[in-house]
This record gives sequence, structure tokens and C-alpha cells, in this order.
Amino acid sequence: MPIQNTSHGAAIRVQGLARVYRMGDSEIRAVNDVTFSIEAGEFVALLGTSGSGKSSLLNLIAGLDTPTAGSVTVAERDLARMSREELARYRRSTVGMVFQAFNLVPAMTVLENVELPMRFAEVPREHRMERARAALERVGLGHRVDHRPSELSGGEQQRASLARALVNHPSLLLADEPTGNLDSRTGTEIMDLIHTINKEGTTVLMVTHERPLAERYASRFIFLRDGKLVEDPAEVPA
Amino acid sequence: MKAGDLVELAGRNLRESVLRNSLTTVGISVGVASLVAMLSLGIGLQHLASSRLAKSGLFDSIYVTSGRRMQGPNGRRENRKTPPPSLDEGARQKMARFAGVAEVYPDVRFPAELKVPSVDAANSPPRASVEASTNASSGHSGEGQPSREYQLISGLPMSARQLESFDNMKGEYFSSPDAAEIILQSEEAKTLTDKPDDLLGKEIVLRYASRHLLNDDGSSSAASEYGAASELSVYAVSPKEATLKVVGLVESKADAGIRGAGSAGAYVPINLALKLEPMQMTQVRLAGDRDPLANNYSALIVRATRSSQVEGIENQIKQLGYNTFSLLDATRNLRRFFAILDLFLGIFGSLALAVASLGIINTLVMSILERRREIGIMKAIGASDGDVQKLFFAEAGAMGIFGGAVGVLLGWIIGRVINFGTRVYMQRQQQFTPDDVWLVPLWLVLGAIGFSVIVSLLAGLYPAARAARLDPVQALRYD
Repeated sequence: MPIQNTSHGAAIRVQGLARVYRMGDSEIRAVNDVTFSIEAGEFVALLGTSGSGKSSLLNLIAGLDTPTAGSVTVAERDLARMSREELARYRRSTVGMVFQAFNLVPAMTVLENVELPMRFAEVPREHRMERARAALERVGLGHRVDHRPSELSGGEQQRASLARALVNHPSLLLADEPTGNLDSRTGTEIMDLIHTINKEGTTVLMVTHERPLAERYASRFIFLRDGKLVEDPAEVPA
Repeated sequence: MKAGDLVELAGRNLRESVLRNSLTTVGISVGVASLVAMLSLGIGLQHLASSRLAKSGLFDSIYVTSGRRMQGPNGRRENRKTPPPSLDEGARQKMARFAGVAEVYPDVRFPAELKVPSVDAANSPPRASVEASTNASSGHSGEGQPSREYQLISGLPMSARQLESFDNMKGEYFSSPDAAEIILQSEEAKTLTDKPDDLLGKEIVLRYASRHLLNDDGSSSAASEYGAASELSVYAVSPKEATLKVVGLVESKADAGIRGAGSAGAYVPINLALKLEPMQMTQVRLAGDRDPLANNYSALIVRATRSSQVEGIENQIKQLGYNTFSLLDATRNLRRFFAILDLFLGIFGSLALAVASLGIINTLVMSILERRREIGIMKAIGASDGDVQKLFFAEAGAMGIFGGAVGVLLGWIIGRVINFGTRVYMQRQQQFTPDDVWLVPLWLVLGAIGFSVIVSLLAGLYPAARAARLDPVQALRYD
């Protein structure tokens, strides 16, 4: 079953965005006056070295963190103006997230992990199993639904993670180094999957430091260094 | 998140680290058990004490006498404008209708002589009974003759069966308020025969002085002797006999104070006593007076359904113009004492629960540290602060419910064991009747479980708030 309701990917507008962390007396400007926009349905790669602020930027767009200054508008709604409750609702309905470390709940089976976001979204119980199985079939994991994450390979875990991210039909998929813990062949499989999801309409913003991967799949790149946007891709080492 | 999911996830989390959560729950159980044990001991003792007091009959009765007769036989008349109301059947009916009054019955006590027919033929002069008694109650030993067994006979209502004195009686209580039956004190019965138990079911003769109204012509010699001076009515006092069946023997002297039993040596049903028209103790005193008690009762005993109602009823009766007497409501002080005792027992019992609640806090805080990442994941995929908070609350509440239920069961078992122990001990002591000192009422069961849940939820407040505040970015940062 194809992932539904993703034909209208969300547009993202980032305006003068800044996030400052305080570490004792010193300030760390993880994100420093960043402005860019992404059109609905795009596949954008966010490139930068470790510590360049790309994960911080992704967390701000995911609504997991609140900006020190500036605004993030996703699907015409300003995240900075949302309450914590509204942000939670935004995370469970508009955004799907995939992490480098997969972040599946170890005590739950794959199926239960995929079901979990639907519990928070208060999807009726009778629809959950069906939708969770469909999402797992979609990522090619229909045969391992009753296994715990520890019994799966890295690639399988990331597939499960993808199924979980997509089960509530988000219009925006945020991926933080999705292939970072995978070998190149498995990584390619996952990227192919994300590419398909994008083709079906979901806007994808992927953080990575692997330039070749980004060049192969993304339609556009955004480069970040020391929390700032960098115009010239050449300045960002591969 | 819906309640069903909350319970499901909480249950899953509790099972995940089953040993730690079980130990915490056992801690709560021990706390609840100690609370239940302490409080049920207090409640049991209170119940025991107040039921004993109620059975004594001392604190639920009002002794009512006519307003005009409280001075001595030669005392001064009170200067009242209106004559005090008479204590007659109408007054009795009126008092019986007051709220909280269980029954009103006359106080009938009269001296009489008891004889076992086979020993003493009906009309022969009194002979010495087998045991020439030095018994205090045989005060009227007459003109130097060997003792006649005079007893104070008391009329009792059927409700007096509940009095403590009749707890261990042999035989039966009166079959009806009119039955020609008598219950003897064992000690007094010994003055009649060697084997008092043999008297049960036998007939016994009661000789007493009867005081009855004469015809208006008043020609009788008895009338001129006792009542000639009266303008109202003329009474005669003459010896009479009644044959009664011994139905019961009571062990101890009924110490039932104003509930009529007094220090009587034998009891007859109240209506029978009235029918006999005996010369009562109070009437002996009034016999020479100008105004004998006409058709009045010498005294009425008003029994309240609850001792707490005695004061109100007593005031109502006083307003009618009668004299009243009652013992202070001792149960009120008793209740105050037990309220304080229960409070202290409750505080000591709660200490263990307080310690257990620290266990909950500790367990949940540990759980937050352990599940830091999991909380971060849940937030990243859409859990709100409230969802996370409720999840931890549900876990604390579940531990409270389980701990409370197991604790009540544990406390109940402890109670049964101690009850068993005290029963065995009391039976060994012989003179005590075994009693339950332990009582676990339903409200205590529900209250203890409820209290356990509340304490658990309070203990969960801090961990739940802390988990809800957890920053998902921080929680997910480290692999």
C-alpha cells in the first residue's frame, strides 16, 4: 500500500534563524542568522562538517528545539509561536523523523515501535495494526514485524525507523544522517527508499556529511559552516 | 494519548524492570499493611469498648421520677404554682414517642421471699433454708427466726436480654413479658438449694407484699390502717404468693445500674411484675404519706436507641416537669479518646507508607535516568509533555493500587493472626470471654487502597514533572 496523503509536501521558510547555547560563561552560536526556503516536494540535502550546526538546524525545523531568534514556518505555520502542546501535535502529524542511531524503543517489537506514534496521535486501535503492517510492508520489513530491534540488522532497523516516521502520513520527512551507521550497500537501499518517498510527494530534508550521497539523491544542497549558510559548495569539504 | 494506551504502556514499562518495580510495590504493601494493622487494632478496640459499654446498659438510659417526690418522707413541700405532672401511663406513652427513644418501661423493684415448694409447704411457717444464710440481701430476717430468703425482685423488659449480665446465663430468657417465669442469680439460688442448676425448669413460690386499691367504701381494716387519711384512694397491703417457673440462672450480679436490674437477686418479666401489684420499695417510703402515688408509676426508665441521644431526650423529659437522672455520656469521651488513639496509630502506620513513597520516587527517578532516551524518542515522534507526565503518573498509580491491594490483604492476615493469638490467650485466662480486638471494616479496606494510590501519585508528582520537562534534543544527543 502506498504512503497516503503525501502528495502535498510542506514548504519550509527559515528566516534569520538563530540558536544560541550557553555553556557556562561562553555562548555557542549553533545556528547563526540562517535564512533559506524549501519548496513543497523538494529533496534537499543539508551538508556540513561535524559541529557545523546542521543537526541543531534540523531540530529547530522538527520542533524539538525553540529558536533564540528568527522564525521557522512549515506549511504556513510559525513554529516559534506554537505552544509546547502544539509543537507536539506538529511533530506527530506534519513531521516524520529518521535518526542516524535509528532510535527505536528496544523493549518493543518492530510492529509496536511503528504503532507508537499512532498511540500519541490517538488513531483508533482497530486501524493501527493495519496501518503499521502496511508501513512495514512498504519499507520491505513485513516479514520481521514481531522481532525486537536488537534482533535486526542496522539496515532493517533503519527501515523500521522509516516506517515509524511515515506511519502518520507526514508531509515533511527529516532525516539526520540516515546512512551514518550503515554500510554503503545498505545505505544505498535506504536512500533509494527515501528517494521513492520523496517522489510520492513528501518533502525531504536530509542532514549528511557524505557529499557523494547528497549529490546522487538530492535536488538541492544547503551548506552550513559554523552555524552559517555558505554559498560556495567548494568551501565545504566532502 | 488515550487512557487505554496509557495503562497499556505503563503496564509494559512496569513489567520491563519487574524486579525493581515489584520491590517498590512490596514496600508500599508493607506500608499499607502496617497502616491497616494499626488502624484496625484501634477500630477493633473501640468497637469492643463501646459495645461493652452499650451492653452495660449504663449509658443509654434515663431514670425518670415524678417531679414532686424527690424530698424525703417528711420533707418540705416544694412551693410550686402548678402541681407537677403525674407519672402515669399517659406520660409513659408520651415519652415513648420522643425521637430516639427505644422503649419506656416502669421501674419495678420489690422485696419478696422465695421458696422451693418441695422444701417449704405453701402455708407452713417459714423454716430455715438449708444454708442458713448470712447473705446481705436477706436483710429482713424477721423476729429472730432463722433466715427467710428475702430477695429484691426486679422487673425487666425483654430488651434487657442484651445486657451483659445475661451473656452467659444458663437456661433461657423470659418467653414473653407476661410469662410466669423467673430468672435467679446463681449465688442467691444457692441459698435455696445445694444444686442451683436443678432449679431450672422447676417451679418456685414467690411470697410478696401486694398493695392494691380498695373499694371506695374503704371499710377494710387494712384501709383504715394504711390509707384512711388519704382523700384520694385507699390501699391495702396484704401478703400474696405467686408460683413462677425458673427459666434461667445468671452468673454474676447484674450491675446494670439504672436499667432496672439494680442489685436484684431475681428477675421477673416486667408486665408480670406490674400485674402482681407488689408493694415497691419507693411505696414503702411513701406509704404513710397523705398523697400516695395513685395510679402512677414510681419511676420510669427511658432507653435511648443511642447513648448520644440521651442528653436531648433527657431535656425534653425535664421540660415536661419530671425529674431525670442519667449517667454522663461516657461514650462521648470514649470516642474522643479513640479518635486520638486512631490518629496516633494512623501516624505510626503511615510512617512505613511514607518511607515506601520515597521508594516510589526513587524508582521513578531511576526509571527516568534509564529511559531518558526512550522519553526523547517518544517526544520526537509526537508525545506531548502531558503524555509523558501521565505515563509516569500511571506507573506510580499502578504501583499504588497493587501495593494497596496486597497491603490490605497482608494487614488483614496480620489481624487474623493477632485475633487468633488474643483469643487463645483470653481463653487461657478463663475469666475473659474471648473477643475480637481486630476489626477491618470495608471503609478501611477501600480507604487504605485509596490512600495508597494518593500517596503513590503524590510521590509520582516530581518524577512525572521531571520526565515531562526532559529536553528531547538533550535526551537524543548521545548514542
